[in-house]
Amino acid sequence: MSNKEPLFSAKNLKLLSGPLNLNNPVTVQVLGVCSALAVTVQLKPAVVMAISVIVVTAFSNLVISLLRNTIPNRIRIIVQLVVIAALVILVDQILKAFVYDVSKQLSVFVGLIITNCILMGRLEAFAMANKPWQSFVDGIGNGLGYGAILVIVSFFRELLGSGTIWGYQIIEKTGLYDLGYSNNGMFILPPMALIIIGVIIWIQRSRKRELIEKS
Amino acid sequence: MNTNKNSYIFIYATVMIVIVAVMLSLASLLLKPKQDFNIDVEKKKNILSSINITAEAKEVPDLYKKHITAVYAVDANGKVMDGVDALNIKLKDELVKAPENRSYPVFEAINKEGEKLYIFPIQGKGLWGPIWGYVSFKEDLNTVYGAVFDHKGETPGLGAEIAQPDFQARFKDKTIFDETGNYTSIKITKPGTTAPTIHNVDGISGGTITSNGLGLMLKTGLENYIPFITTKKDSL
Repeated sequence: MSNKEPLFSAKNLKLLSGPLNLNNPVTVQVLGVCSALAVTVQLKPAVVMAISVIVVTAFSNLVISLLRNTIPNRIRIIVQLVVIAALVILVDQILKAFVYDVSKQLSVFVGLIITNCILMGRLEAFAMANKPWQSFVDGIGNGLGYGAILVIVSFFRELLGSGTIWGYQIIEKTGLYDLGYSNNGMFILPPMALIIIGVIIWIQRSRKRELIEKS
Repeated sequence: MNTNKNSYIFIYATVMIVIVAVMLSLASLLLKPKQDFNIDVEKKKNILSSINITAEAKEVPDLYKKHITAVYAVDANGKVMDGVDALNIKLKDELVKAPENRSYPVFEAINKEGEKLYIFPIQGKGLWGPIWGYVSFKEDLNTVYGAVFDHKGETPGLGAEIAQPDFQARFKDKTIFDETGNYTSIKITKPGTTAPTIHNVDGISGGTITSNGLGLMLKTGLENYIPFITTKKDSL
């Protein structure tokens, strides 16, 4: 890097923390909602999905940023897609080889990371115009922002829908079933994920007034 | 350099594709053995759970070796076929062939108590996609010892319940032939409408089409094994 900026300068750290809050890809930019509904029934697949997305956003940002001055403008979207698709296929193959049961649960949604708007969005908006390290950090930040929402949503869905956390029977241990409590099947179905994301957006906006659009 | 020249774009795209293709083929080649192993373990795990043995992925190969005593294929007349790799028969592919050309896998097993069991794989359609399963029978080839079903994409909480152990447990001790020896299969009935008998099982409320598909899969799937069952019974 020409300007001797430290690797973790305040500006770079902001790239990491911004997407977790004020610039969250799911709750603020409302991107990647489809997969957030689909893979959040249980915590474990949600975490694996989050890690997969972090890896893909970080490395596709890095690769595109390294290539940014050579990419012909007319085919830049295709180049971006090829990079994303190649990385996603790699991740999918690795999941199938090493965490087969989780990859079965995620099924098509790993492949559908390719169509996740967060990725193309970051490549177009950030990696095409910034240096590799910043792009890499930005990718990790956005992946984390997406992953954080996934983890929150799946935590509530698994706890209230199946009475478990990470597959462990939590509600059974507390003895609530004996008092007449039963799991809410609604939480297993996608609409509840949408409602939970809605609640998260509501809480976030009531705390961060600047996010509310003036109309 | 002018990156908008047609020649540049062509060369750029070609080089990019070649690099990506080589990278992905390499990854696929290197990871294939591990992936195939996982698929194999998954299959054996299902077979084992149809005789009520639940196993962690790590224990599957050993438990499979211990409990599955024989694997062979039978033809449409129930005759055992020679030289067929029965474990790798794809039932889905067999079912689209003409009946006389099909081969059906049969697994012989012993459970922890030393009882001899027979396991038949079955394949059918649910609401959204394929469903499949393994049904194990006691030595009389009539009484169900255990059953396991799985699905590609049935609705969670509704049709997907067929993959739940408590649903599968309903099949235990049901029989597929009546007293006179006629084939009845195991019917999936609407919960609460029919008095429970040894030939029916309560379906899933809200999962009617999956339940119907499961009933049909059991009926046609096990029917294919009747010639084999008959010859086996005659020789007893």
